[in-house]
Amino acid sequence: MGLRVALTGNHAVAYAVKLADPDVIAAYPITPQTSIVEKLAELIDKGELRARMIRVESEHSALAACFGAAVAGARTFTATSSQGLLYMHEFVHWVSRARIPVVMAIVSRTINTPWNIWPDHSDFVDQRDAGWVMSYAMDSQEAFDLTLQAFKVSEDPSVYLPVMVGLEGFIIGHTAMPVEIPDENIVKEWLGERRQPYVIDGSEPLGLGGLTFPEDTEDMFYHIQEAMNNAKNVIKKVDEEYGKLFGRKYGGLVSCYNCIDAKYIAISMGAWSGDLVEAVDKLREEGYPVGALRIRYYRPFPAEDIWEIVRNAKGIVVFDRAISFGAWGQIYTDLVAGFSLYTNKLPQMANIVAGIAGVNVISEDFYGILKSFIDKSESGTLERNYFAWIKVRR
Amino acid sequence: MLYEIIFLGRGGQGGVTASNILVQAAIYENKYGQGFPFFGAERRGAPVAAYARISDKPILRHGMFNEADILVILDDSLIKLGIVKKYTVRDNGTLIINTPEKTIPRDQVSTRGKINVYAVNATMIARELGLIVAGWPLVNTPMLGALSAATRLVSLENIEKATLYYFGSKLGAKNVEAIKRAYMETMYLSEV
Amino acid sequence: MVKVVKPPRNDKLPLTRPVIGVAGKTGLWRNMKPLVNNVKCTRCYQCEIYCPVNAINVEPETGAMINYDYCKGCGLCMDVCPSGAITMIPETGE
Repeated sequence: MGLRVALTGNHAVAYAVKLADPDVIAAYPITPQTSIVEKLAELIDKGELRARMIRVESEHSALAACFGAAVAGARTFTATSSQGLLYMHEFVHWVSRARIPVVMAIVSRTINTPWNIWPDHSDFVDQRDAGWVMSYAMDSQEAFDLTLQAFKVSEDPSVYLPVMVGLEGFIIGHTAMPVEIPDENIVKEWLGERRQPYVIDGSEPLGLGGLTFPEDTEDMFYHIQEAMNNAKNVIKKVDEEYGKLFGRKYGGLVSCYNCIDAKYIAISMGAWSGDLVEAVDKLREEGYPVGALRIRYYRPFPAEDIWEIVRNAKGIVVFDRAISFGAWGQIYTDLVAGFSLYTNKLPQMANIVAGIAGVNVISEDFYGILKSFIDKSESGTLERNYFAWIKVRR
Repeated sequence: MLYEIIFLGRGGQGGVTASNILVQAAIYENKYGQGFPFFGAERRGAPVAAYARISDKPILRHGMFNEADILVILDDSLIKLGIVKKYTVRDNGTLIINTPEKTIPRDQVSTRGKINVYAVNATMIARELGLIVAGWPLVNTPMLGALSAATRLVSLENIEKATLYYFGSKLGAKNVEAIKRAYMETMYLSEV
Repeated sequence: MVKVVKPPRNDKLPLTRPVIGVAGKTGLWRNMKPLVNNVKCTRCYQCEIYCPVNAINVEPETGAMINYDYCKGCGLCMDVCPSGAITMIPETGE
């Protein structure tokens, strides 16, 4: 067993990065991410981390600097939030399409305007089409584990895609929780040397991103999709290995709680999944056959894994902490699309959008929603699938 | 058993540090904890709350709360300002106040059921030990000593150990002295 | 340290390697051809600097020398020449 200390989610990410021994870190400060790179700067200053910290003038430059360094063979890390991530968005695509391993932490904060520093998943899910492997933590320990695993997944030759690790600002980012830090030498041996598909370091003339004809470009898109499919197995393999070495295994792309015999399943992502589990416990005590399923990896989207778990469920409630304006919650949209490939008859479903911009959602809220959904479903009064906001003052 | 704790003070008094040290102390007792600030921007001088949860089981919930089992008041001027009243102490809960007073105005405290009230003059302890930064007496660590004395939620020994871990041995030593004194000087005031 | 490991199925990557004459000899694209009058040429190097395909070399003794293997006949050299030393003629002959 390693050292067990109280760390905020942000500091947990920083210590995981430290263990991954990166060569280059470039970042621009933004609430609520800043304390990650502050801690890394402090570790560099104390000589505990040998990485080079590149101070840049914007997030766009931060990822560009990481990208350039990574292409040259450096293990790199950056972190951002909200507006910073949006400003960086052009390079988010660059990195994945160049098939260059980079790890980035997204400390979620909603999107302007109005100015609001509190968390939801808007900034994170907004990146879903960018070709990054995307994971999301539920507490400080998982933020630590996912960050460390991100380097392993990203640098796997059958993946070679950048990885972003999400965690809610404040709720996880600024909340001190017990975190077990594994032994440095075991981590080093497990993670191994930096691997990438090519290096541009001046030793041979090589151009990146030159004009490419439609057919070749389409092939590259296809290969990114293949790499995403490969990532599913790599993520599971890494989760297994990590579990054996460090004692924490999460179950792959999704994590289940009381799902096996559940007739109703609630699906969520992020910190509030813990509050949801408490609601499930209470409902179970009252005899409701309900379980909770938590999405740990949003890309590659684990539709098949989830379908295997929920295929016999009568009803599913999907909680989204973001909204695709004019459509629905992004997780719900992806789930329904995914399910449609495995069945022609969807279960009863509801999509709840809540917790936007930091609105406090607690286990009593989940309890009420699930109880009402199940009661309606059991009494046959749930006429059709529905979409709803909660806590909105109309 | 899950305990929810609120440290109520002014921005800069170290409520967040106190909650983080408390979590570290709980870890030494193989317990679980969460320590977090009011989610928002830092505001020195403004009334602010810091939060902690301590449990013998992993803590799943992450929501904010305004009702606590233990309410720690770092600055007694917040009582007359009517700010303490905005937070509720649960039945069987504990209220710990940094104050030289021997009584508390009951109409300024919100409770659900019966609670026990304790007091300690942490400001005086900090002053006497020279625990002062930028002119502010550091009352957060002595109040942890008072919390241990009043509730036994975590032991004095582990509060001290966590404080030394947090501040390092040089800065930590003076804090530990203050914690010890506050632990000894914490007085039971009354039941409310 | 970094190790280059190819992806197992040899995914296509957005990389290009320079190859001599990858597009062939671009002189074949030429429709109009620049001719230099080296008596008028003052060796000012403007044409060498502006030539977009690096097909002009100016030497003090010889003046501007055009590499017709790669000159595409764009005429920029004639445009920038301050002393009217370059004229464009049809590729098919005068």
